[in-house]
Amino acid sequence: MSALTATGVVKRFGGLTVLNDAWIDVPEGRIIGLIGPNGAGKSTFLTVLSKFVQPDAGQIFCRDREVTRIGPEGMAQAGVVRTFQVPREFGELSVLDNMIVAAKNQIGESVWKALLMPGRVAAEHRAIRERAEERLEFLGLTRVIGNAAKTLSGGQKKLLELGRALMTDPFLLLLDEPFAGVAPGLVDVLIDKIHQLNARGLGFLIVEHNMEAVNALCGRVYVMVSGSILTDGAPATVANDPRVLEAYLGGKA
Amino acid sequence: MTAYLIAMATQAGIFALLALALNLQWGYTGLLNFGVVGFFALGAYAYALVTTALGGPALLGILAAIVVGAVAAWPIGLASIRLRVDFYLAIATLGFGEVVRAVIVNETWATRGTQGMAVEMFFPGLGVEANRILMLGIVLAAIALLYFAFQRLGRSPFGRTIEAIRDNEDAARSLGKPVAGFKIQVFVIGSAVTAAAGALNAVFVNYLVPEQFLPIVSFYVWIALIIGGSGSNKGVILGSVILVLFLEGSRFLKDLLPADTGLTDDKIAALRFMAIGLALVVVPIWRPQGLWGRKEL
Repeated sequence: MSALTATGVVKRFGGLTVLNDAWIDVPEGRIIGLIGPNGAGKSTFLTVLSKFVQPDAGQIFCRDREVTRIGPEGMAQAGVVRTFQVPREFGELSVLDNMIVAAKNQIGESVWKALLMPGRVAAEHRAIRERAEERLEFLGLTRVIGNAAKTLSGGQKKLLELGRALMTDPFLLLLDEPFAGVAPGLVDVLIDKIHQLNARGLGFLIVEHNMEAVNALCGRVYVMVSGSILTDGAPATVANDPRVLEAYLGGKA
Repeated sequence: MTAYLIAMATQAGIFALLALALNLQWGYTGLLNFGVVGFFALGAYAYALVTTALGGPALLGILAAIVVGAVAAWPIGLASIRLRVDFYLAIATLGFGEVVRAVIVNETWATRGTQGMAVEMFFPGLGVEANRILMLGIVLAAIALLYFAFQRLGRSPFGRTIEAIRDNEDAARSLGKPVAGFKIQVFVIGSAVTAAAGALNAVFVNYLVPEQFLPIVSFYVWIALIIGGSGSNKGVILGSVILVLFLEGSRFLKDLLPADTGLTDDKIAALRFMAIGLALVVVPIWRPQGLWGRKEL
């Protein structure tokens, strides 16, 4: 069973066809890369796969269930959660609250239960808080736990966004350029964390330009060019494919 | 003089109820509601119709106001919140406030239009004085109840989620939060509270005419929010008190000024708008989070 598959995905913005018969197959518990030159449609594909944008044609399946028509909330509820190229932290909330808020289906998300069942809400809060603190420690963010998220550095925000996504207990994370704008020292930390999470069974689909990170992480990559998947395979094989080189170096694709 | 102070305090209290409701909508959730007055008017007239025209008890009138406020908020929230651009809600609510007033002016069979409607005191048997004091007590009790409820709600997962939605809606969606549902709930709760405050106000002013429900009322509530501190329940209550001091304080100014300034009552009354305008410029510069707030606007 695949974690996420898509076939024949088409997305047009006005007269511009950004995705043209794009497809992907992300197996359970693997780290898959999605690479390609600028403007190839990688981020759009990720946005369609996370259902923030609906495809004009094609089908998307999540663990064999068709999800072509559901919204991003439903995708996250199903266990597929994305992060953003530019981190979107909840700026006014503390780092800890950014994590806590992400836990799914909390009792106290209901107005009436929040007002009338403070005991149960508090007990649930303690359990979630414990999980959040564990994960913040895993990500090395314990030191800034009480700070407003807007005060973090770019790299810390990326880590926080990863941690926040983990709080939803997903089985697949879609990471949109997780290494963009991250200080070099932190890149290795992030690679290490992704490896550790993957070892515990979490799958990843990563859109990334940093080829060193892709090589270090991904067993398999898809190469997207002009809105279609050109080829797929092991990173080393793909990197030597003349068609891929041509696409990257700006030959006639 | 005592009667005047009680009236001022009651007025401030009613603004505080409105400000608490708007704070839930804007301060916590980031919903731009420029139509506070529309829900305020709906509540006032719903109360007046149920108690005066239909002869129902006061409690039924307040209940009717709450239901009408919530029911009116639902479709507006649904239509504009799902469009996902903040300004649409601002436009829809601003228009809604004007539509409500136009309906009140024109549907004279129900509202008596510009002739106005008298509204009975809560306890006619006890006399005017006792009713004034009891009204202040009821308003203060309502503030206490609402403050307690909103504080608890604000610290709950519900409160955390709506603040997350305010800070970044797409991120909240990416985590599986049904953003539209949360926003509509907040809009409906806030509007129901606003309408309930309208019912209390109807009894307080004891005569309703459409001119009481001009758009400026919505912006008075915004002023209380901005000066007091958006996002803070304590702050917006303080802001409401300051607002009423500004609005009413110009009456006392005449006694404080020397007799020969040559300022007419009209000019002194106009001074309050200058004072409010000045406060609206100075407070955000000097304290961007408001006097008692916790976040910058």
